[in-house]
Amino acid sequence: MEEALNLDLIGAGLIIIGAGIGLGKIGGAAMEGIARQPEAAGKIQTAMIIIAALLEGVAFAALFAV
Amino acid sequence: MQKENVAKFLLACLLMFVSISSQAFTAKEPQEGEDAKVNTKEEIKAYIDHHLQDSYYVNFFSDAETGAHYGFPLPVILWDDGLKIFSSGKFHHGENVVEVDGQHYRLYHSHIYKTDAEGTIHYNENGFPSNERPWDFSITKNVLTMILVALFMLILFRQLAKTYKNRPIPKKFGRVLEPLVLYVRDEIAKPNIGKNYRKYTSFLLTVFFFIWILNLLGMTPLGVNVTGNIAVTFALALVTFIIVQFSGNKDYWKHIFWMPGVPVPMKIILAPIEVLGMFTKPFALMIRLFANMTAGHVVVMTLLGLIVVFQNWIAGPSFFGFTIFISIIELLVAFLQAYIFTLLSALYIGMAVEEHDDHHPADNEDIPVI
Repeated sequence: MEEALNLDLIGAGLIIIGAGIGLGKIGGAAMEGIARQPEAAGKIQTAMIIIAALLEGVAFAALFAV
Repeated sequence: MQKENVAKFLLACLLMFVSISSQAFTAKEPQEGEDAKVNTKEEIKAYIDHHLQDSYYVNFFSDAETGAHYGFPLPVILWDDGLKIFSSGKFHHGENVVEVDGQHYRLYHSHIYKTDAEGTIHYNENGFPSNERPWDFSITKNVLTMILVALFMLILFRQLAKTYKNRPIPKKFGRVLEPLVLYVRDEIAKPNIGKNYRKYTSFLLTVFFFIWILNLLGMTPLGVNVTGNIAVTFALALVTFIIVQFSGNKDYWKHIFWMPGVPVPMKIILAPIEVLGMFTKPFALMIRLFANMTAGHVVVMTLLGLIVVFQNWIAGPSFFGFTIFISIIELLVAFLQAYIFTLLSALYIGMAVEEHDDHHPADNEDIPVI
């Protein structure tokens, strides 16, 4: 199993862990924001999706660099 | 009312079952023994790879036992010291070498290579074919799908536009489309682009519906994977890139090359980064759509493949359920990716056409600093 020691894959894994934490924080913060101000739900959702999409781009770039 | 809903639900389930099973049955039945299990995995991998790729045939389904393919060939158009047009049926799925005007062509792993009369493929040290490849302008399955979707959209939206001439509300299917059109205009174009939004709404609408319809077509048993093709997403992102650069006003370029309110040494450092940013934005658009759709297709196909790998009464139904679950999520993703592509395009256009004057309170003493 030489492939298990492939550093590229470990790096990609680390980036995906980071992206996961980031997405979790975005989602959590958006939920909190919506709970505090339900009337702003639409705006918060749009902003959340934009940031999530940008973050997703980074995660995919990592996946494709492997 | 209740009965009607139940009937609709059952019909939806039936349609889903038919679409999923028609994909699953095309995978070959495995042979006996330990060796056969490895072969099955290899076969499933090859099958998924084949599904993700573009094709010179429209293949509805194949009979594994007789080796027969049910579908129709498409025209191959090559530019190789002159235009060469012939039907892809001449390749006989890679078995035959085609001769046109003294040149020989062979289909090898879904790519056309120039070969000698015997169809020899030469390999380089990495194991890839090193044969010359002609310029390929063929009407492949993806191209055909895109042309059909474009025609479909033209007819659909021309009709919708026509109904507005005589009456204020649309008829029939237009009633489904109108809220979507208004959604793109009012929720995507207007808030992100600003006062000149009308100029760009047509582009955003086209891109939104084009990507959405193609994403949804990817979920049907037709087996087309157009938006999961990086060349297609590259072209879409390129259009956004060109529109952003050409609609960029004085402020946009100023903020890239000589941003105001920044010390000169920092300007020199920041300018290359900003220029790079011009290209990374559409690049991210391209990768995002491609990767999301490819990932979705791979997940669905892998789950279907697991049914064939395990072949027992527990794994079969549970992976079948998983596949339905993922397919429903993919329907959401199909919309979401079209939405995100459109939204980010609108944002980038908005950045390019924005008037920056009121953003620097330090330059203008009239605006109080909050």
